[in-house]
Parts: sequence; structure tokens; C-alpha cells
Amino acid sequence: MEFVIEMLNIRKEFGNFVANDNITLQLKKGEIHALLGENGAGKSTLMNVLFGLYQPEQGEIRVKGKPVHISNPNIANELGIGMVHQHFMLVDKFTVTENIILGKEITSGGQINLKRAEKEVRDISERYGLAVDPQAKISDITVGMQQRVEILKTLYRGAEILIFDEPTAVLTPQEIKELIQIMKTLIKEGKSIILITHKLKEIMEVADRCTVIRKGKGIGTVNVSETNPNELASLMVGREVDFKTEKSPAAPKQDVLDIKDLVVKDSRGVTVVNGLNLSVRAGEIVGIAGIDGNGQSEFIEAITGLRKAEKGSVMLNGKELFGLSTRKITESGIGHIPQDRHKHGLVLNYPIGENMVLQTYYKRPFSKNGILNFKEIYNKARALIKEFDVRTPSEYVLARALSGGNQQKAIIGREVDRNPDLLIAAQPTRGLDVGAIEFIHKRLIEQRDNGKAVLLVSFELDEIINVSDRIAVIYEGQIVAVVDPKETTEQELGLLMAGSNRKEAGEGTHV
Amino acid sequence: MSKRLINILTPIFAVVLGIIFGTIIMLVSGYNPVDAFIALGQGAFGDVYQIGEVVRQVTPYILAGLAVAFAFRVGLFNIGVEGQFIVGWLAAVWVGVTFDLPAIIHLPLAILAAMIAGGLWAFVPGLLKARFRVHEVIVTIMMNYIALHTVNYIVNTKMNQGSSKTAKIHETASLRSDWLSNLTTGSSIHWGIIVAIICCFIMWFLLEKTTRGYELRAVGFNQDAAHYAGMNVNKNIILSMVISGCFAGVAGAMEGLGTFGYMAVQGGFTGVGFNGIAVALLGGNTALGVFFAALLFGILKIGALSMPLAGVPKELVDIIIALIVFFVASSYIIRIVLERFSKKEVK
Repeated sequence: MEFVIEMLNIRKEFGNFVANDNITLQLKKGEIHALLGENGAGKSTLMNVLFGLYQPEQGEIRVKGKPVHISNPNIANELGIGMVHQHFMLVDKFTVTENIILGKEITSGGQINLKRAEKEVRDISERYGLAVDPQAKISDITVGMQQRVEILKTLYRGAEILIFDEPTAVLTPQEIKELIQIMKTLIKEGKSIILITHKLKEIMEVADRCTVIRKGKGIGTVNVSETNPNELASLMVGREVDFKTEKSPAAPKQDVLDIKDLVVKDSRGVTVVNGLNLSVRAGEIVGIAGIDGNGQSEFIEAITGLRKAEKGSVMLNGKELFGLSTRKITESGIGHIPQDRHKHGLVLNYPIGENMVLQTYYKRPFSKNGILNFKEIYNKARALIKEFDVRTPSEYVLARALSGGNQQKAIIGREVDRNPDLLIAAQPTRGLDVGAIEFIHKRLIEQRDNGKAVLLVSFELDEIINVSDRIAVIYEGQIVAVVDPKETTEQELGLLMAGSNRKEAGEGTHV
Repeated sequence: MSKRLINILTPIFAVVLGIIFGTIIMLVSGYNPVDAFIALGQGAFGDVYQIGEVVRQVTPYILAGLAVAFAFRVGLFNIGVEGQFIVGWLAAVWVGVTFDLPAIIHLPLAILAAMIAGGLWAFVPGLLKARFRVHEVIVTIMMNYIALHTVNYIVNTKMNQGSSKTAKIHETASLRSDWLSNLTTGSSIHWGIIVAIICCFIMWFLLEKTTRGYELRAVGFNQDAAHYAGMNVNKNIILSMVISGCFAGVAGAMEGLGTFGYMAVQGGFTGVGFNGIAVALLGGNTALGVFFAALLFGILKIGALSMPLAGVPKELVDIIIALIVFFVASSYIIRIVLERFSKKEVK
């Protein structure tokens, strides 16, 4: 048995905090090896040790059986280790080729030989089925393509071992399928892959073996063919996890949100929401299913006041919201868990405590005669942090310092606590681990059971089907179908999202 | 070592480094640094007169520093403090010359006029930024020139009382006091320092304690999140600029009502506004930091006047100030050294 990488009994400390405690990971040649763990379990630390960004306190790294000392990323590169980062490191204004050769330019007589570089990039791209245009500008290509450029970058540098850090977090379902195909091609061509993820479905689909870490400790390595998602989840979290979110049937009442003929343009002036009609009733969760880019973001921004709509009507409890300011809309009873928690959801440079009153800071008891009452603000923050299990050293820590899952819990706590008649949750579980997802789904259902209306937007079909009481499919800025999650299938939804009409989609399945 | 301690130590190290390098420059160019620094110290603290002069010099520096620091804290670069300072000066002098009122009304009115003038001058870049996303740095720089030449024109043609100067302001609008002046054996110290200290407090209170400050800072950090939170982003941008301009305008009033008591045609920029940028930088953009940084700059500036007595050109102090600013701007290096140092301590 040949191991290309062996990380043996790795221990990494930060001050008093042990990020990696005696973790062992062995990568066989030609396998896809998943590294599974919750947010903050120590996956990234372990990979940064392998990539030479951190030095371990204890333990040994071997490459092809030989002990090595990886003191910086250049050495990792020389050893054939390449990292496909979750946040791409690309220059937007450069072409694909220029990005790939950056730092390893082919020069002739002091000039960059772009022709030769382009040919090399094209050759590698064809060999691994990446289908990347070497002359395209980064800013003009999709996120999925940008990721392939990152992959190309590592291959161009001669990587034999590729580390993928949460590669599917930013991709659409279609792009995920293509990525999985690419990973399989890479393996066929003799590469080895470490896949960092917390998505169990992907591990089951693509990985050969899986190493699980929990709270910095190595739990063990299992053969994927001999395990199942439930076992993996309990290994990761340390307890049983519900996948099917338990919920009683909905008891919907009167219409809370009623949208008629809504038209919204995007930042470039293109009409992306084109006569959308939708209603959400008290006591139900309506899920919006759709492929990214069909107007979901603009639609949510328009009803929450972040974007001006062109025309149409948005009624909340019989009151027209169209054209009102964000403040008025918030005050009339809408809670909003925004799609991008860093852009909209939090002021990252404010303490997490002060973020808890982001929409209520000007009201009593938090503010009196224009002066803030920090005692009340932090009392509220402490209560929410406790209730929503936000893990933070204290309420005075900057929001920036919290992990993604805990930032999201803080936002959800803040929005739910305002007790809005309509709660809008846009991609509420993006990038979170199963434990946090379970928690968030429970909270959404709780809101519903309290007689509130919930509008859920997600690109994850599992989530839509699991949590929603009705599913509205959005396609090219219109709701093209409303289906019952109990009577639909992923296939039917997939077809509807791709634009086939109801009847075609229904053929072969029972509607 | 805590973050806070590092934040405090960084500017102090910058000052020390600036002085060390200044010493080297003196040695290299053949001046005696010991004599130079003794002369500097004498020039700043030698007797009460010098101290009075230092206090007078510090006053506009504090206010100009506050103007820059305030803008910076709410995410804006106000390079136009110089222009707002000049229009503030003129407005204060105009009120001081034109009206005949009891002191209790006249003086506050003159300061208020300077505030409004500075605020209005900053309103223009604020509005352009909020409405059309024009970068405030460009507009404020241009506004500096407009201020300089417009004010010179007005002083020359409308208010000229001979030798390109306005008339003296009335006693009732003056910040000067015989008592203070006598106490410091005839220095040009005036009550403006009290105004400056009050303004330090106002800036701190406004930013840290009020609902408005919460909004202004939120807009400065993240406009999208501020919009999401229901804040009026454009209104807050304009307001930020105006408040910053008000501080700059008050700085102008200090010169008009205190130091000079009139306004003369300016041959070029006074440099107070630009020094404000350095003061804010050195003071870490906090009210207290600005106070101490302005104090240091005032001491260096006044002390430098005595350096020629030791045969050292006073321009060397400008070099030292420039070096200090350089080291603060490259504080990243100092920070790394401090952090390394503190890591070793732990081990």
C-alpha cells in the first residue's frame, strides 16, 4: 500500500487552544480522501499545516514515505501539493492564462511568452476535461469556471496531490455535478485528492475514504463504501442527527404576504424579476426553488427595500410596502436573514453584541434621547447569544472573529427575536455544517408553528423539500409552478427549474 | 501584549524612531544634535511665555486633527480640512468685525459662523459623494483651492482695511484675554484651548455614545449592512462630511478670534489642515490620541523656532515630523516587531 501523504499524530496549538490534537491522515495514491468535520473542528488548520502555512508542535509529515519539513507553501508546491482555495485568489482583470502563469511566467528575452503559456494551459485544460478558455477574462466567467482556473493553477505548477477546500460551497447543483466529474478525471490521470467538506452527500458520491475530525481530535478513517450518511454525521457531530426535519403538517391561515406583478431590474438595468406573483400565508413555509440567477436575489432585495422595484404590488397584512424605505418595511413586520451575511447581515467591525440591535438600536430601551444604553444592548445580546447558542468568547468580540455558523446563528437570533410576521430566509444554511443546519431548520419551523409566515430561498433542493410546506419554482423572474413537497420529486423540480413547463415535467412522475 | 497596548505603543515608537533618525540626519549634516534638542526644549518649555505659545499652536492642531479623525472613523477621507479651516477663519472674522453685540452672544456667534462655514464647505463634497459617488478626496482637494482664492479675493476687495488685512475683530468676539496673556508674560495664548478640549469630548461622545454615532460608524464600516439595517446611507455620508467640516471651521475660528484677531490675504495654504492629517494619523483617529499628537506637534513647531540659536536650521524639525509621520504610516513594521516581541515573551 503506497501512501503519497502521511500526516502522523499532528498537534497544533494556538496559545492555550489546541486546534489539532493527535490527528492522523493518510492519503493513498489515486484516491479521493474526504476530510470531514464541523465548522471550527480543525480541518483548515490541518490543511494549512500540510500546506506549510503553520508549523505543527508535534507529529510528522511524510511524502511518498519520506519525512519532510514543510516550512512554507513554496516547499509544499515543490513536493507536488496544490491547494484549491475556497475563496479564489484570482486577479479579476487578468485573463485565465495570465492568472495561471502568475509567479511562474514563461519568458523569452524578458518578455512573457503568452502564446506558449496559452497553449500549455489549453493542453492541460483539455487533458483533464476542464473546458476553460485561456483567453477569457476572469471577471467575465462564472464562479464554476473560476474554480476550474484555480484547479488549472495547481496542475500547471505540477501538483500531484490536490487539496479542495469546501469546493462546492459556491457552486450551483449543475456545477457541482461537473466538478465531481472533473475530480474523477483527475484521479484517472493519477492525481490524488483531499476533499475538505461537511456535505455528506458529496462524500458518499465521490470519496473513497473519509477521515473524520471532531473538536480538533481525530475520530478515525472509514471506507465510504462501508458506511452511510447517518454514521458519518454522528461521527462528525458526536450524537445522532436528524436529516428529515421533524415537523407537523402546516396549518396555514390568512395571507400575510401578497405579491402581484412585481418587476425588478438588476444593477445592469436588465429586468430579472418579470411579473412575479406569490402569496405566503401565516403558519406556512414557502420555499423558492430555482437555479441561481433567476431573479431570486433581486426579488428578495425588492421586497425588503434594499432595491427599488420598477412596478407591482407587495402587500404585507393588507398594507402596501411598494416604494417604502428599508426602515419602514422592517418596522412593518419583516425579518430578513440575508443571503450574504458579511455584506448585509453584519457590521463585521462592530462587536457581536452591537450587531444584535442592528435594526432596533434607535428604539427604547436601547436608545433614549439619542444616547445609546449599552447596558440594555449588551443584556439583550447576552440573552440572544445564550438562547441561540452563538459560540463566542464574549459579546464584546468583533463579529468578524466568529465562525460562519456562529455569525449566522447570531443573525437568526436577531431576526427571530424581533418576532416578525414574515421571516425571509435567503440561503440560511449556506456553508454551515449539519449540526447548525439542523438548528436553523428547527427555528424556521418553530416560527411557522407560532403562526408566522416564512419565505425560504435556497439553491439546495434537499433543504427546500425538507423544510417547505409549499414550493414555488422561480424561472426567469417568474413563479412558474407551485408544488406540494410531499408530491414532488427532485427530478420534477429540476426540470421545472430548468424551464420546462408543468406538464412536461410531470410526465412520467405522478403529479 | 494586548492589542490595546500595541495600539498605544506603536505611535510612541514612531516618535522615538523619528527622533533617532532626525539625530542621525543632524550628525551626518554636521550639526550638534544635543545642542539642537536642548534648544528645542528651551524653545518649547523654557519659560511660561514659550508654554503659552505652545498652547496657542496646539489649539488649531487639535481641531484640525479632530476633523480628519472624525471623517476617517466614519469611512471618509477629508483632505479638505485646510479649505474648511480657511472659510471658517473668514466667517468668524466677518462676524467679529460686522456685529456689535455683548460678548456672551458675540463670541459664540462668531464660532458658530465658523462652524457653519466649514460645515457648508464640506457639505459640497459630501453631497457629491452621496448623490453621484464622486470620490471625496478629489473634491476636497479642489475645494481647498477654491477656498483659498475666494477668501483671498473677499479679504482683498470687500474687507480690506489696508495692507491686505481685514479690520480687527471687536473685543466682544475675541478669545484673547489679558489675564492669560499676562500670566504667560505676553504670549498669544487664548481661550481657544478650552474650546478644543470641549470639541475632543464632543467627538468622543458623539461617536461612541450616541445613536447617531452608531449609525455614522456603521455606514463607515459597511454601507450595505447599514442600508439593510434601515439607515439612510446618503444622509449619513453627507452628515459625516459636514460634522468633520464643522471641526475644521472651528479650527479656523481659533486663528481668527484668538491668535490673530483678523484675517490677512494668505500667500498659500496655512498647513494647519494638512498637519491635521498627520495629527489624526499619529493619534490613531481617537479624540484622546489627537489631543496628545497635537500637543507633540505644537511643541515641536514652537520649539523649532529656537533651534537657529544653536545654529541648527528649524527646518530640521519639519524633517523629524515627516519622519514620525512616515513611521506611523509604516506602523505595520513596528506592529510586527512588537508582536514578535510579545510572542517571545509568552514562550
